[in-house]
Amino acid sequence: MIAAGAVSAAAGTGLTEILGHDFMRHAFLAGVPIALAAGAVGYFMVLRSQVFTGDALSHVAFTGALGALAFGVDPRLGLFAATVLVSVILGMLGHRGRSDDVVIGTVFAWVLGLGVLALSIYASSDRAAANGAAGVNVLFGSIFGLSRSQATAAASVAVLLLLVAVAIARPLLFASLDEAVAAARGVHVRALGVGFLIIVGVTAAEATQAVGALLLLGLLAAPAGAAQRLTDRPYAALVLSSLLAAASMALGLTASYLLPKVPPSFGILAVASGVYAATFVVTPRGRRPAPAMPSR
Amino acid sequence: MLTAAGGLEPRLTWNLVQDVRQTLEFPFMVNAFRAGFIVAVLSGLVGWFMVLRRESFAGHTLAIVGFPGAAGAVLIGVSATYGLFAFALVAAVLIGVTRGSGGRGYGAQPAVIGTIQAFALACGFLFVNIYGGFLSGTTALLFGSFLGITPDQVAVLAVVAVIVSIVLAAIARPLLFASVDADVAQARGVPVRILSITFLVLLGCAAAEVSQMTGTLLVFALLVVPAATAQVWTPRPFASAVLTVVIGVCVTWLSLFAAYYSSSYPIGFFLTSFAFAAYLLANGWRRLRDHPASRPGALV
Repeated sequence: MIAAGAVSAAAGTGLTEILGHDFMRHAFLAGVPIALAAGAVGYFMVLRSQVFTGDALSHVAFTGALGALAFGVDPRLGLFAATVLVSVILGMLGHRGRSDDVVIGTVFAWVLGLGVLALSIYASSDRAAANGAAGVNVLFGSIFGLSRSQATAAASVAVLLLLVAVAIARPLLFASLDEAVAAARGVHVRALGVGFLIIVGVTAAEATQAVGALLLLGLLAAPAGAAQRLTDRPYAALVLSSLLAAASMALGLTASYLLPKVPPSFGILAVASGVYAATFVVTPRGRRPAPAMPSR
Repeated sequence: MLTAAGGLEPRLTWNLVQDVRQTLEFPFMVNAFRAGFIVAVLSGLVGWFMVLRRESFAGHTLAIVGFPGAAGAVLIGVSATYGLFAFALVAAVLIGVTRGSGGRGYGAQPAVIGTIQAFALACGFLFVNIYGGFLSGTTALLFGSFLGITPDQVAVLAVVAVIVSIVLAAIARPLLFASVDADVAQARGVPVRILSITFLVLLGCAAAEVSQMTGTLLVFALLVVPAATAQVWTPRPFASAVLTVVIGVCVTWLSLFAAYYSSSYPIGFFLTSFAFAAYLLANGWRRLRDHPASRPGALV
């Protein structure tokens, strides 16, 4: 399995005891597949200039999880329901010309307000006393707190996401780079666009479990941006983005294991952002990164 | 939440004048209304340009970097205000510099902004973790609290708001030109790139101001929604800028009022809900005005 390979690669650095802990095994089991999926989906997101949509969906994930907590159901249910619902809505509203990002911004500002309401309802309920940090966990992730079944579930969904992303990679790439020609050649551009947003939504819900609703944007955007700067070839960039995300995840988890003050989500984000920042330094000045689709 | 009100449970009567008078009896509420006014005017003016320039994503990110700013300032023991402004300014310059020279050119830009945003939040989380025992403070930083605003803070807010407004007024004409058509403006000798960075810095200042009131996560509601609403109502620049400020002030005051009378719910919820309601109303009104048959896509 992909996860097992990456895990053994990370363990091969001499830190064999790191996998002696259940919580670390679970973190790697869930984290690496989630990162692989986030890297692949993130690459398309950056290519399609839909990073702001990803931003919106990350905040929706927060509201969904806290809404579920406020009503006392499994937060994962709220996560997936909210992100998929909003991605369908955003997909329907899309391609309306230049007002898009204002509509997205307005809708998600309100959704975030609902999240705040859910947070305050949850914080004043009895359930919050049992799990006081749940709100902060949703915002910033708690990958070390995953149980075995939660980790397995997250990993299976991530592998599924990865397979879907690979399956639609070719038409999606075509539609992302030249929408008009793709439509003329019989690609169902609109259905593909909505379908892709649903994938982004599910990825956001997945990544929330690893790095938290507020930080998942980094896992989506940073490896993709770095890959785009390093190579012009789309498939190579897609694979590279996935691998960079997985490497950031593995390194970040290891760093946070070694430095207890460093929360895992910070470690992961620090590695991912560092790699992206490095591509600005090492890429020769004259070399242009692959052109992204204009936002209109 | 309202222990500051001396344990008095405020109750809404049907006498509106009396309710308002009761609200204004407490100095902290007067401060909140003053701060709300300043913040709403400033965010209206800056937000109007932000919506026009389609820089919502940058605005959202600049708002969010206030969180690590404030958390870091608390960590090293200085006023959160300094941290808010310092981080917002650094991020504004960073976004402005990494942008291509082509005015509002995008390309890899969104990935950069997204990474800055997520990394900033991760830093904030790290600061909070190092500081320890800061959980309730985290929520206040992220979602705001209007109860603790002091007269000194109001004074700082006012000074910064005046400075930002003066700079914005000074560059308003070329900025409007550059925002509407960057290429033509550049050809006519307008320094588009410098304007763009200057505007991002102003946006950062405004975001830092607003976040002291609404918390860093909800700044965006006050920046984008009033401006979006006003630009639905009227296409004329001056009229819609004035309308933006009016909507912003009304929404802010109304939500302060509502939050005072229902102390169990946070102000952020009222703020975003009132603003969103205004936006929906504006769209509904426009739909009625433009005959439904003539314009099918009037929602945006």
